[in-house]
Amino acid sequence: MYVSVKGGEAAIDNAHRLLADRRRGDRSVPALTLDQIAEQLVLGVDRVMSEGSLYDRRLAALAIKQARGDLIEAIFLVRAYRTTLPRFGFAEPVDTGAMLVERRISACYKDLPGGQLLGPTFDYTHRLLDEALDGDPEVEPGETREGATEPVSRIADILGGEGLIEEEISGNDEPDDINQTPLEFPLSRAMRLQSLARGDEGFLLALGYSTQRGYARSHPFAGEIRIGEVEVEVFMPELGFAVPVGRVQLTECQMVNQFKGSAKVPPQFTRGYGLVFGQSERKAMAMALCDRALRAGELGEDIVAPAQDQEFVISHCDNVQATGFVEHLKLPHHVDFQAELGLVRTMRTQFEQAESAMENKEAAE
Amino acid sequence: MSILARCETRRLQGLWAKLGLDPAYKLLRGPECGLVMLRGRTGGTGEAFNIGEATVTRASVKLDDGSVGHAMALGRDHLKARLSAIVDALCQNVETASLINAEIIAPISRELDGADEKRLMQTAATRVDFFTMVRGEDDAS
Repeated sequence: MYVSVKGGEAAIDNAHRLLADRRRGDRSVPALTLDQIAEQLVLGVDRVMSEGSLYDRRLAALAIKQARGDLIEAIFLVRAYRTTLPRFGFAEPVDTGAMLVERRISACYKDLPGGQLLGPTFDYTHRLLDEALDGDPEVEPGETREGATEPVSRIADILGGEGLIEEEISGNDEPDDINQTPLEFPLSRAMRLQSLARGDEGFLLALGYSTQRGYARSHPFAGEIRIGEVEVEVFMPELGFAVPVGRVQLTECQMVNQFKGSAKVPPQFTRGYGLVFGQSERKAMAMALCDRALRAGELGEDIVAPAQDQEFVISHCDNVQATGFVEHLKLPHHVDFQAELGLVRTMRTQFEQAESAMENKEAAE
Repeated sequence: MSILARCETRRLQGLWAKLGLDPAYKLLRGPECGLVMLRGRTGGTGEAFNIGEATVTRASVKLDDGSVGHAMALGRDHLKARLSAIVDALCQNVETASLINAEIIAPISRELDGADEKRLMQTAATRVDFFTMVRGEDDAS
């Protein structure tokens, strides 16, 4: 006998039509424009770019609009779009030292070359809701200050001069790409950083927090956080040299951690690194904490906590993969469920039979 | 190319129209949109790693006099890539190159520098100026 296994087409069509209707909401309220999203919900756009692993503000804004503000859905849309485009090549590694800095702070040094530049930060706000924003109040442009600006030097250059911090020396310039190389643990640091860069902010934040609370303590200092634009250069074979193709905004976090020495190396600070698209220092800091925790093996530390476990962290940090597997539970499992139901019924029958056999035996005695 | 890649399409279009050049050209490639993988370095200076991709658009053109121009810019703007490639091709010729430099590149470059300057000045206004409190007992002597 055949049972019905098809159906729902009309229901699905109508559900999508209803989704479009609800997305638009009350028609007497003006529709959101992509410019409004890209200009006024910038940090949401940045998160979608970073976890969608695609730098394109307008596409991210479109995804947010289409996803009704569900950022993980928007990230999913961006990831899917990305697979439709050919890859032209690789950019030269960006020089964050030459960043046009909009914000730079260090928790290690008070006075450092370039100074503490607060930039557009939520820090020091009182986290009180501003009811004026219920309307459209006039907003003053940012204050300006004249005078020559010092070059903003890196924290590692200050500490590095004395050999007090591990040096990061350029070497392999052809890192493996997680899009093209199957994940085989242990991963290179380059592949881990790529995974973390597009990893879920909430997941990495929680893991970073766990390291602070004692699960793989690494005693971190925010050595430096900088946000700003860097030039992107792409090698063009037809020209024979790299050409600048524009700028991207990045957030970089240099975490300075617990020192370590050995018979060969004198004690020195170790480092964790975070680099993400847009303005997202929470994510960059969490990434740096996780990067440092994941270096446990390399630095000869005991692997005792989740944040140090590569397979655990990297396999679960991707929210598109995670949502795919969690949400697939919504798909019809009717046949699986029938099988389980049959199994439970059989087991119950056996259980009842065993029980009544026991009772009969007791009665007989 | 750095200037053309960073300029706004409308601005480039405006300056281009004012110049009144309209060379015949053939598209060799594109304009076409694709991806480039952006890279960083561990700790800012170490080994390279992939951060994520960015959209780019590229175009190549050939003018009737044989000069070839290329362009690539972040984003998905076909018109900008095409115009930039034509401008690049015209720059192969010394005479038109100086005209283009004066009429297109220089003004855009000034505007972009001005915008950077303004940003730096706004950031500079958020620089913390530390001051030290002098406690009474120190100047007792």
